[in-house]
Amino acid sequence: MYNTAIRGPLIKGDKTIHQITEEICQPIDRRPGYWWYFVFLLCLGALIYGGWAVYITVHEGIGTWGLNNSVTWGWCIINFVWWIGIGHAGTAFSIFLLVLEQKWRTSINRAAELMTVVAVICAVHFPILHIGRLWDGFFILPYPNTRGPLWLNFNSPLFWDVLAICTYFMASSLFWYVGMIPDLATIRDRTTSKIKRAIYGFLCFGWIGSSRDWFRYEKLSWIIGGLTAALVVSVHSIVAMDFATSVLPGWHTTIFPPYFVVGAILSGFAMVLTLMIIIRKVYKLNDYITDSHLNAICKILVFISLIMGTAYSTELFMAWYSNNEYEMFTFFHNRVTGEYNTAFWIMLISNAILPQLFWFKKIRKKLAIVFIISLCINIGMWFERYVIVITSLTKDYFPSNWADYRPTTVEVGLFTGTFGFFVLCILLFFKYLPMISLYEVKGVSKYKSN
Amino acid sequence: MKKYWRSIEEKDDQPGSNDDEKMDESKKEFFEEMSNDLSSGTSVTRRDFLKVWGYSITAATLVASCESRVNKAIPFLIKPEEVISGIANYYASSYVDGNEYCSILVKTREGRPIKIEGNVKSGVTKGGTNARVQASILSLYDESERIKGPLHNNNKTTWENIDENVTPLLQSINAKNGKIVILSSTIISPSTKNVYKDFIKTYPNTRIIYYDAISASGILMANKNSFDQMVIPAYRFERADIIVSFGADFLGTWLSPIEFTRLYVQNRKLDGKKNMSRHIQFETGLSLTGSNADERFPIKPSEEEIMLVNLYNELLQISGNSTDIVSSSPNNIKRLANDLWSIRGKSLVLSGSNDVNIQILVNAINVLLENYGKTIDLSTPLYIKQGIDREMEDLVRDMEENKIDALIINNVNPAYDYPESDKFVNGLANLILSISFSGTIDETTSLVNYVCPDNHYLESWNDVEPRKGFFSLVQPTINPLFDTRASQESLLKWAGKDIGFFDYIQQHWENNIYPLQDEFTSKESGFKFFWIKSLQNGVFEINSPAAAEIHHKFNASVVQPAINELVSQKTDNADKIELQLVENIGVGNGKHANNPWLQELPDPISKVCWDNYVSVSPRHAAELGVENGDVVIVSSTLEQIELPVLLQPGQAYKTISIPLGYGRKNAGKVGNNIGKNAFRFCKIKDGNIQYKNDIKLIKTNKKHLLALTQTYNSMLGRPIVRETTLDQYIRNPSSGNEMHEKQQKGSVSLYKSPVHIGNHWGLSIDLNACTGCSACSIACQAENNIPVIGKEEVRKRRIMHWMRIDRYYSDSVDNPQVYHIPIMCQHCANAPCENVCPVAATMHSHDGLNHQSYNRCIGTRYCMSNCPYKVRRFNWYAYTEAEKMDSYLNSDYGRMVLNPDVIVRSRGVAEKCSLCIQRIQESETKAKLENRLLNEDEIQPACMQSCPANAILFGNLKNENSNIAKKFKDERNYHLLEEIHVLPSVGYLLKVRNQPYGRT
Repeated sequence: MYNTAIRGPLIKGDKTIHQITEEICQPIDRRPGYWWYFVFLLCLGALIYGGWAVYITVHEGIGTWGLNNSVTWGWCIINFVWWIGIGHAGTAFSIFLLVLEQKWRTSINRAAELMTVVAVICAVHFPILHIGRLWDGFFILPYPNTRGPLWLNFNSPLFWDVLAICTYFMASSLFWYVGMIPDLATIRDRTTSKIKRAIYGFLCFGWIGSSRDWFRYEKLSWIIGGLTAALVVSVHSIVAMDFATSVLPGWHTTIFPPYFVVGAILSGFAMVLTLMIIIRKVYKLNDYITDSHLNAICKILVFISLIMGTAYSTELFMAWYSNNEYEMFTFFHNRVTGEYNTAFWIMLISNAILPQLFWFKKIRKKLAIVFIISLCINIGMWFERYVIVITSLTKDYFPSNWADYRPTTVEVGLFTGTFGFFVLCILLFFKYLPMISLYEVKGVSKYKSN
Repeated sequence: MKKYWRSIEEKDDQPGSNDDEKMDESKKEFFEEMSNDLSSGTSVTRRDFLKVWGYSITAATLVASCESRVNKAIPFLIKPEEVISGIANYYASSYVDGNEYCSILVKTREGRPIKIEGNVKSGVTKGGTNARVQASILSLYDESERIKGPLHNNNKTTWENIDENVTPLLQSINAKNGKIVILSSTIISPSTKNVYKDFIKTYPNTRIIYYDAISASGILMANKNSFDQMVIPAYRFERADIIVSFGADFLGTWLSPIEFTRLYVQNRKLDGKKNMSRHIQFETGLSLTGSNADERFPIKPSEEEIMLVNLYNELLQISGNSTDIVSSSPNNIKRLANDLWSIRGKSLVLSGSNDVNIQILVNAINVLLENYGKTIDLSTPLYIKQGIDREMEDLVRDMEENKIDALIINNVNPAYDYPESDKFVNGLANLILSISFSGTIDETTSLVNYVCPDNHYLESWNDVEPRKGFFSLVQPTINPLFDTRASQESLLKWAGKDIGFFDYIQQHWENNIYPLQDEFTSKESGFKFFWIKSLQNGVFEINSPAAAEIHHKFNASVVQPAINELVSQKTDNADKIELQLVENIGVGNGKHANNPWLQELPDPISKVCWDNYVSVSPRHAAELGVENGDVVIVSSTLEQIELPVLLQPGQAYKTISIPLGYGRKNAGKVGNNIGKNAFRFCKIKDGNIQYKNDIKLIKTNKKHLLALTQTYNSMLGRPIVRETTLDQYIRNPSSGNEMHEKQQKGSVSLYKSPVHIGNHWGLSIDLNACTGCSACSIACQAENNIPVIGKEEVRKRRIMHWMRIDRYYSDSVDNPQVYHIPIMCQHCANAPCENVCPVAATMHSHDGLNHQSYNRCIGTRYCMSNCPYKVRRFNWYAYTEAEKMDSYLNSDYGRMVLNPDVIVRSRGVAEKCSLCIQRIQESETKAKLENRLLNEDEIQPACMQSCPANAILFGNLKNENSNIAKKFKDERNYHLLEEIHVLPSVGYLLKVRNQPYGRT
């Protein structure tokens, strides 16, 4: 369990259980370094920019964005889908690896799950701010009202979206939180401050670590995990249906649901990789997040990227095979060669070609290159959504409607704001909560195995 | 006193039984009342304090946060008999604005005119309108442009003051034999002409000079020379099989486009017919008319005379009247001459030139082709342009030489639009008295002594005779909004006649027009009934005005001198860049520059709004090294302006065109400093203003973003506008429409086809009739309260028009074929927008309409993304409140034009064409109240009503016998994007071109 001949130890350094607790809880005990405050302020700055953008959007209207009569969805939808994609990583990571009994997930899953929760929160900002009459947004919820027959349109993928995302958010945050309960108890037991003890004590629901606690706890984890596993697939499929059920060339494709789910997992894993490389460097957690962990993620990325490549080529093939002039135009004249070809090629190279470098062990070992490729995948996945949303809208059926799109400072502000929020949440998390699952890591430590 | 008791205790008169002290202590708190006097310290308990505190905080929050609009609504104290709330009244009237005439019905609601409709009873315009007519209703409410009361040296004054000052001045000028001139736009009102006569009786030294900013004095003079008749004849487009136009934009701006469009289309529509007229256009810039021509030849303005001389010579040769050897003319002219000759008497040759010699030559050609009395009718002349440029030239010279004492300006703005406006402005300073009747501020009003603002035409009584024998009345539809007075009344007052203009008109009609008819003859009440009938109909037309079709003798002796002069003028122009000045469809000669609807109307060809520009041919632009939006300096010897370049396919090589009517300096908040004034490039030749010149172009480094509503001009081979040629159509009526047939046969669906109960409303649009004039866009804007968004927003491609006209080019960029296609919501039975709306704000009605419920819409814009036609519009801002939009919707006066039957949309909701559902509802309700079946002909959406070409037909597709059902069965009918199976309720009849020689 702890060590095999092929894989090597899951965590290095022959640590005792006490050592593990001490090392992982260190950031919580200590005052953070100057870099922490610096990044914190940066994030705050980004948040203020985002707050201004929200204010302008709500106060003046969607007109402050770069949208027009033809391109009615822009950056906000791109960013929404992108964040939702990132929000896939944690849950997919934890649950699929949990189901597959991959023990190496234990040192990564906590942070990945947090990433999920925060990314979903970032994502939901966009569709909410995106609606023209924010104040009437509650119409989209299926609540009993006095409007008689005027209720919801259950045929609309946008309504499915609302349900899927709400469910996913609830399930993934529950999963993340439940996973933390024993660790919160550990912190409670370690702390000397009465206030902290009270807070952590409340947060861990009075966990006492009895067999009964553990018994029920594991059952609960499995149940939530099982339920959430289905949601990983459903949420992005439904986001994909926003596009797939429409009539626009480039959107109207049956391949979209699986294609989107795989894309989401690709971007999520890439984001996990990016973050892990930073975290283990900053918090000196090389013993917990080992090279073999990163190696494993890289291998997964190779596989997922192959699926992505297949999806891209299937799309192109179908457009050609259909011999539909609109499809042909959208894919070959607009995406591959047209005005937006830069975005298309960034997408293709970053998502389908660059990750193939991970076939080589040498490259997998070079963290700098791994880091750069992981960033490229993140950018590439953003461009994938850009290609889908913008190319199809800017040039659809009638050339008279063709219009260009360029985001405004307000839209950039919203995106920046969510970035600030994302990093800020991670910073706070590392300061106040255990970033690696203590009890699970202990479970795979040498001491335990022996 | 009798005692009424409430309880036994009370009856028994137990002392204090209902006093507080007697109450159970535990219940006491429920009887506490809030102390009225908080300052009496002791009575304030903690409870009171909290209550008052809570109340005041809540109240303060409410007061501070909920700013509610104060609506000033004043009910009728005494309800006018004819006004019923919610029911519209229609008044027949006439739109008359100097050189434009249209017989109209004015729709009023609760006493406010809100919409203009065409009057089908008119024999001139026959129910058609154009964009300017439709938009004129907004000018009524334009508080920034209209003058709100009389002005003396730009200061406010009263009418009494004006009359007290002006009358003695006029009298003194008269006494010393000084010269008075009334400078007016063409007057087509018989009564007003009579008023002028009366004025002249009092002040015999008065002269009347008509001045038209866009003049037709060339035609008038030419007809004077050729036929001794200074008139513009009637052109019978419907009788012509070949129409050849040399630069005459008769469908867009030339003379009487509404009337001409009606007539032209009669012989272009293919309703059951298998023939249509052939239209050949020679022109410089691509005009609306040129875009509809079957064959079009881009020529330089200087080539026009040569082409005409060649054509004339060829015709002479064919007719055998000439033995001269003709200078070799191009093949197309030879062929054209042969074609014209073969159908003598059924052709029409026109020229838009203002050059007398050219017009004489055109007359000679038409005489040779025996067109007079057949396609050209001198007996019912058009009166709408009577200005003779030479008179204006003389006037300006006299003013400069101080020979004029008083100038009364009516409805013209020479300080802006006269080519030598500086001379006019200088001359104004020399006058003893200058008066302007302009109802709106303009460049001239600020320079005169007295401004006596005229009423808006919707506030006035008037009569008009746009064409001989066709009379029409103007009646007020609202009390004057401002302190204005009819110009005629002012003149009458100064002439010492104490009579209102209304009585004056009646007198005039009784004496002069009543005797022209024989329907009403009763001595006592005959005129009364005649008047009422004329007023109700809006028009009175002499039954057979053409009865006296006199043969007008053509004075052939003027032809040869004219030709000699034309030939002698011919200089080598090959290297020069020639400028052609064109009138704009929207703002016209600049008079409508302050009308935001017209400013935001995309030019039918260039699709530019809110600007004028230099049209350059793409080949020429490549040589000059300029692109769209590059600013160039256009300079002639006298004038120099900077304008952005627009690459215009079809523009003749080495020529440029600039729209007139822009660059107003004093037009109001909307029109000021939009574009540049190009009138000063006009040159005066032989006393006639020529709208062309030789210029130089200098490239600058500046860029100017044009507000374009369409930037891609090719259909890319997509079947958007389908077309065929007449020959092919005769052989196979469904030629060009093979896709539709295939689609009909191959259409299979797993789903049930949509069911419509009762009616299924639809539209049919005849692309052969649609000229692209854009009247429907503005009619729709007026009917449906569509906001104006301004130049900046149009640049962002957010124009709100529900009805847009797409324009495509095909073939070469040097001489493209042009396609116009009106696109509005297609009301798909299988609508993609409907199933994606999460809140069900857009739904299908049982009668086939795609509903949009604004109150339910939350603005996800999913419907807009998913609309394959992109006809949905979004309220990006609160257009009704936004100050920066300069829209009419943010002023109290401007809002009076709103149609109360249509919701004004708030920020953040999507909107689109509803097929004028309010009109459908109105007719349905009416039929129901009258307990009868609805006749679909009762319903006319605004676009259909306004169309001068009758290109749009509304109807019930379920009724097999309806006109629209027939159209849908026509072989030419197709649907846009039918291949994606959205099942639109709008059908298009494909375009047929009459090109017997193929593309030339």
